[in-house]
Parts: sequence; C-alpha cells; structure tokens
Amino acid sequence: MTGRAAANASVPARFKPGDAVSVRRAHPPGHIRTPWYIRGHRGTVVHALGPFANPEELAYNRPGLPAQPLYRVRFRQREVWPDYVGNEADTLDIEIFQHWLEPAGGER
Amino acid sequence: MREPIRGHHDMGGLPAGRVEKTEHDYAFWEKRVDALNVLLAAKGHLRVDEMRKNIEALPPDAYDRMTYYERWISAIANTLLQRGVLTADELGRKMEEIARREGVSP
Repeated sequence: MTGRAAANASVPARFKPGDAVSVRRAHPPGHIRTPWYIRGHRGTVVHALGPFANPEELAYNRPGLPAQPLYRVRFRQREVWPDYVGNEADTLDIEIFQHWLEPAGGER
Repeated sequence: MREPIRGHHDMGGLPAGRVEKTEHDYAFWEKRVDALNVLLAAKGHLRVDEMRKNIEALPPDAYDRMTYYERWISAIANTLLQRGVLTADELGRKMEEIARREGVSP
C-alpha cells in the first residue's frame, strides 16, 4: 500500500492542530523520512494530514501497516538553527509521521 | 557514547555550494531510466520508497560522484536484485554483451 491508508488499518491519531510536539532524538538505520537536523527540536502541529503507510517499512517491500498519521509541523527557524540571522518570525514546515513525535508540554 | 552516524544523503543544514537554477536538457538514456522506473512501478516491481532506500545506501563517494539518473538506475538495479526480478549473473552478462556490442570496456 502506498499513499493514504484506510482508517481501520491505522494507528489512532494522538495529535491535533495547535499541539506542541517534540521530534524524537533517535538515529535508527534504514529509510527514515524525518530529517536529521530536526530531531530533538520542538514545534507545533499545524495540520493533520491523515494516515499513510509507513515508508520505513515500504522501503523493504513490506506493507507499512498499520498506517501512521502524518502531520505538518511548524518550527521556528531561530529554534532550529542557533546562528539563524533571518526574521524572528520565520518558520519552517516539515511533514512528520506520528511515531517520530512526542507531546511537548510547558513553555515554548 | 559515540556520536550516531548521519546518513550521507541526510545533509539538510550542512554547508553547500551554490544552487544551480538553470534549466538543462535530459539525455536520451536519462529519459529511458525515467520511463523504466514508471513502468516497473506500474507493474508492481518496485516502489518509490525502495528506490530512495537504495539511493540512500550508496557509499558517500559514489553518491557524490554519480549524477541524478545514475543514482536512479543504480537504485533500480539494486531493487530488482533484492526482489529477485533479476539475478546478478543475468545483469552482469547483459552488461557485458552490451559493452561488447557498443565497443566499450565493461
């Protein structure tokens, strides 16, 4: 299965737009869609895109089920790059699968 | 603990050269590689995630040296070998035959 997956073969969604999340600081081998540079950073969910078969499994010709919810997560450039010289308000959106995200409570 | 190993392809945020913004033409073989990929995917012999995995698995020097479609044809070949669509022996013999026919060293 590729692309958007049936809801009944999916992991339940944990997050909704507005939720503060942090990206897991994990470094497994394999085909990982979560960019290296964003791991460990905090962002905010801006859009829930629905469940998709897991590309980490599809890469090995396995079904990638249950499907993982995918989210568009917004990060502050100043938070991602310590030497960022652009506008304070600049942001970066990345689509990240749920199993790479954890809830991030508290001050942002 | 030792630092984890970053995949060579996963280079977002690292210093890089200028972005080449000019359009460029594709060579005929590059179009054929693209067509081959579309056909193999349509027939269920490979999927984009396998292609990406095999491109990401290239050794760093090969990744840097190869052009875009050279990486693609390498990933196509590796996917077909992993799936058992081709054997290494079949592929090697065919490459030898074509090299002979074209008068180039294999």
